[in-house]
Amino acid sequence: MYKILKAEKLADKIYLMDVEAKRIAKSCQPGQFIIAKMDDRGERIPLTICDYNREKGIITIVFQIVGASTEKMATLKEGDSFRDFTGPLGQASEFTGEDLEELKKKKMLFVAGGVGTAPVYPQVKWLHEHGIEADVIVGAKTKDLLILTEEMKEVAGNLYVTTDDGSYERKGMVTEVIKDLVQTQGKKYDVCVAIGPMIMMKFVSLLTKELQLPTIVSLNPIMVDGTGMCGACRVTVGSEVKFACVDGPEFDGHLVNFDEAMKRQQMYKTAEGKAVLKLREGDTHHGGCGQCE
Amino acid sequence: MESDVLKKVPVREQEPQVRAKNFEEVCLGYNMEEAQAEASRCLKCKNARCVSGCPVAINIPGFIKEIQDGNVEEAYRIISESSALPAVCGRVCPQESQCEGKCVRGVKGEPISIGKLERFAADWARENSISPKKPATTNGKKVAVIGSGPSGVTCAGDLAKLGYEVTIFEALHEPGGVLVYGIPEFRLPKEKVVKPEIENLMKLGVKIETNVVIGKSTTIDELMEEEGFEAVFVGSGAGLPKFMGIPGENANGVFSANEYLTRSNLMKAFQDGYDTPIVAGTKVAVVGGGNVAMDAARTALRLGAEVHIVYRRSEEELPARVEEVHHAKEEGIIFDLLTNPVEILVDENGWVKGMRCIRMELGEPDASGRRRPVEIPGSEFELELDTVIMSLGTSPNPLISSTTKGLEINKHRCIIAEATNGQTSKEGVFAGGDAVTGAATVILAMEAGKAGAKGIHEYLSNK
Repeated sequence: MYKILKAEKLADKIYLMDVEAKRIAKSCQPGQFIIAKMDDRGERIPLTICDYNREKGIITIVFQIVGASTEKMATLKEGDSFRDFTGPLGQASEFTGEDLEELKKKKMLFVAGGVGTAPVYPQVKWLHEHGIEADVIVGAKTKDLLILTEEMKEVAGNLYVTTDDGSYERKGMVTEVIKDLVQTQGKKYDVCVAIGPMIMMKFVSLLTKELQLPTIVSLNPIMVDGTGMCGACRVTVGSEVKFACVDGPEFDGHLVNFDEAMKRQQMYKTAEGKAVLKLREGDTHHGGCGQCE
Repeated sequence: MESDVLKKVPVREQEPQVRAKNFEEVCLGYNMEEAQAEASRCLKCKNARCVSGCPVAINIPGFIKEIQDGNVEEAYRIISESSALPAVCGRVCPQESQCEGKCVRGVKGEPISIGKLERFAADWARENSISPKKPATTNGKKVAVIGSGPSGVTCAGDLAKLGYEVTIFEALHEPGGVLVYGIPEFRLPKEKVVKPEIENLMKLGVKIETNVVIGKSTTIDELMEEEGFEAVFVGSGAGLPKFMGIPGENANGVFSANEYLTRSNLMKAFQDGYDTPIVAGTKVAVVGGGNVAMDAARTALRLGAEVHIVYRRSEEELPARVEEVHHAKEEGIIFDLLTNPVEILVDENGWVKGMRCIRMELGEPDASGRRRPVEIPGSEFELELDTVIMSLGTSPNPLISSTTKGLEINKHRCIIAEATNGQTSKEGVFAGGDAVTGAATVILAMEAGKAGAKGIHEYLSNK
């Protein structure tokens, strides 16, 4: 059992939890993820590592309710436990293995969308701790959905926050901020790391391709085991088929086939929708709603 | 009970039409009377050929004699001397090509039903709460076993009996490896058969730590340098699925057999009350002809689909066990033999709508000794489908070999290890099972687990 030491609601449908997981906290790196399973009957859910404390053996996760399982997970409180918590999985962000002096010469731009702010945070924090200040763009639909803004401010070089509806700081999509920084202000970046909804990563990648700015994205496809066994997470990168769980989750954004990846993410949408209804309505759910047969 | 001495006492099975709609075990096993009648057919040969056909060399005539005499507990004890998983092996071993294949009775009639008798003894022991005993003392030496599948469990059991302090590290959330994620409930019940075998192992003093991915959560080098393990056995299996590389393979509705079976077996997607979804499919093609393909096909059938096995050679070359093919046919699986997929057809929403296939004929024998399938020009046709399951074999996961200094692998990414004692290129590290051989059978992995335990015992005794 893996004890929850803190559970906090960050924004509508977005939750943060500190979980005791010594082995993972000892070995994890920015860019990696974990798989959590609530109880005997739960799904294995891949989740972002948002932060880690090696001394205390704690992993911080952030997740958004997207289906029945995450909805159930959001009901967990401080003092509850996950039955299973596995990781760290996937490859660490490439820069963590680079020569530090070389890395210091690079100017990095991070683009975080919505709950994607959580996996961006440990990367920017790692760089900050190694004396590198990276610029960060954080985007959300509206002010209430922004997360970790204060924490990000502590570790980022320049922080640019934008909301789709203009309810906080800038108004507009993250792509407009990139255009502003690169084209209007003439800032030079060597690499961009974009993490957020698939559609955001697609449009950031299309833009940065035009701008000839190398871009890394972090994918979150459907997975079962997370160790390379099932192949559910396969994604086309350039001319190759990769498994996001072991080859990724980070890939060259200019090579990822986002349209295929987005279609694959929908694979269980109907099944998931059905499970949500069942959870909410319990035995009172007898169909006839038009959503399930 | 009257019986024809040339014929096996028939084993009771669920009717095909009934079992095709449930996940209960197909074979119901012998009762005491049937088991004793079958045991009485055994000639109790002095130089028993069946024993030489058993990878773990169970004293077969010995345990069969005890069953005949009604001493089932003693029969179980004799089997347990050689095998850590008798209830499993009695169900999934390819007996026809091993012990039963060598049985002298089989020369003129049908061989003794050794597998079914082994299963009977093991089931009887479980039902009567007979289990192995923990050694009184340990020798204080710590051994790590990576993976809790057949090879790891066997190795751990043998070492625990010798007094070692054994910890098994399992990547998934349940111990059992392929026995829990791969082989379906209707062939190998999890709660009834696998779990008690794992519990027996723990009664021997073996510790199991789940959710540890060696190569990620920690490494073999760390286990040896920081956690005090003096030797390591790697039984991490062959878990990476292969795909064909044909167009359309990433469409929604195309799964590896690993994924399909894991969702159903490990995550219990077939059962109400479990959260993991599975696409049951209405018309399913399973590509491949091995035991895993049969398992995937029969799972899809039970979930309500019409199921086709698509295999490029003929029935004679099917790598699956004869019994599995027979069961699959009885249940209504359709065999499209000498047929090979060339493209998966995809609809406008990215879902499978069919598969273009080509007819094959058999040419000259290839490297495997089987006649090579050759395409018949102009014979392409389309199958209408909504689900495709690729069951083309698996290869070892590189997570361990790529993170362990000095551990050598071959071009198939299999760990290089001695067959007799499991010794690898790295001191103190032993390996066996599918991680070394590539995908094979439960019993061969158990044989390798035994060899590894022997190798580790010799190594640590001389250290």
